[in-house]
Amino acid sequence: MNIINALFRRELQSYFSTPVAYVFIVIFLVLMGTFTFYLGGFYERGQADLGAFFSYHPWLYLFLVPAIAMRLWAEERKSGSVELLMTLPITPWQAVLGKYLAAWAFTGIALLLTFPIWITVNYLGHPDNGAIVAAYIGSFLMAGGFLAIGSCLSAFTRNQVIAFVLTVVMCFGFLLSGFPLVLDMFSGWAPQALIDGIASLSFLTHFSSISKGVIDFRDLVYFALLIVTFLYANTIILQWKQAD
Amino acid sequence: MIEIDRLTKRYGQHTVVDDLSFNCASGEVLGFLGPNGAGKSTTMKMVTGFVTPSSGRAVVCGHDVADDALAARKRLGYLPEGAPCYAEMTPRSFLNFIADIRELSGSNRKARLDEMISQLHLGPVLNQTIDTLSKGFKRRVGLAQALLHDPDVLILDEPTDGLDPNQKYEVRELIQSMAADKLIVISTHILEEVEAVCSRVIIIADGKILADDSPQNLAASSRYHNAVRLTLSADSNLDEIQAVIEQLTSVETTESNSQHMTVTAIAKSGSADAETWRQVNDIVSGKGWSVTGLQLETGRLDEVFRQITGGAQA
Repeated sequence: MNIINALFRRELQSYFSTPVAYVFIVIFLVLMGTFTFYLGGFYERGQADLGAFFSYHPWLYLFLVPAIAMRLWAEERKSGSVELLMTLPITPWQAVLGKYLAAWAFTGIALLLTFPIWITVNYLGHPDNGAIVAAYIGSFLMAGGFLAIGSCLSAFTRNQVIAFVLTVVMCFGFLLSGFPLVLDMFSGWAPQALIDGIASLSFLTHFSSISKGVIDFRDLVYFALLIVTFLYANTIILQWKQAD
Repeated sequence: MIEIDRLTKRYGQHTVVDDLSFNCASGEVLGFLGPNGAGKSTTMKMVTGFVTPSSGRAVVCGHDVADDALAARKRLGYLPEGAPCYAEMTPRSFLNFIADIRELSGSNRKARLDEMISQLHLGPVLNQTIDTLSKGFKRRVGLAQALLHDPDVLILDEPTDGLDPNQKYEVRELIQSMAADKLIVISTHILEEVEAVCSRVIIIADGKILADDSPQNLAASSRYHNAVRLTLSADSNLDEIQAVIEQLTSVETTESNSQHMTVTAIAKSGSADAETWRQVNDIVSGKGWSVTGLQLETGRLDEVFRQITGGAQA
């Protein structure tokens, strides 16, 4: 636990000792505001809720979270510090988890900094604050899912651009796996059970129920399993790539 | 302390480390020597557990590197090639991070950190980002990281690469001062370094061990072992002097260098240790040549190295 904690703190500090953190947070907040007020029509809706705000999270995450995740392992491999890290007395799980949790905490910080919108909606009306908290939790879990995919793919390559593109594509697939764009690739030849399975992997479906304020145990399990699976794959890729 | 048993690493068809076996014990400073691409770094990476061997095994302090990796790594300090660090950190935060991972705490932690900072002269740059440091400081931060937990086994991949002569000297002093109760393995291609610090040399090329001996014994296998070098005044007749020396019974052949005004008498193999020295001395005083320097050579490691690794092109 101490080891994971040390890795976590080092990683999180490194975000804030470079401009990455500040650039990311500013862009994240500006885009969140733009999407909510212009595209989402926050005022025009005339409802005291944050539906306009949360419905754009998946799409923002699609590009912003891979930007955070791409450096996790690709940068370590590029600079050679992975050799230093992985010859310290730590297990691959500790390394993966420490770095992942730091990245997740960082997106959590960015997400918390959107609090003015919550103040705004409370000023304007009487929203269901329980539902808003649930939606924040859902959004945080979804960011965690994107990050786990990104961390895993980042271990494949020493090139951050490749890691970014792979992650965006993979996350896009996960976002839309309940929609015809993805399902049409399988319908016609794959058995119905597989198609249903793929459809049930969709981020959007799982996020949309949470963002309406309904925390379903199955949605929580979904995100937890997704994160654990990709982090496990991450440790395997890390060891496999390291052997070369 | 380190037992290496038939260690092999193949990348596709290419065998980088080929069936390597050797043991080494505490108190030794083992120099790992070889041309670029000989497999030095790969061997070190396998001993530290970073690279998985294709076959064979490495044991550090009784712990198999593959099966008991954490226990082995706890006993190890490792400076990877090029001394990679986290560039955005400062030496202070970086060393604190390493101390956290090494689970140093309390007064011992503070003492070790202070000792590393003073031994490696990191004081002036402690709060500067590593990114902005000179190569020499970066290397010393890497060394501090490897030494912080006072490991039993120290593996240093080219520890003095990129340092200036003063810094090289200091790092060698440091290595020697620690040598008594540790096993230190260094890889290098600087031969003077081997002579300065190593008690044992393993020369490898194409992943195979070509020589395993003390630097003195290796140097003794040089044709320059027991050779005597005369430095003469500028007006001397080198050809005449060379001809006279070549007649001596213990001299195999001679070499001259008219630029430096030297004649080197190479000893016959099998002649007694000081024989050539004595004979050359006698003739110098007998002939009355104007000699400005007279030097006995113990052997040249670089020449032995070229000979062993077959680098005639070098």
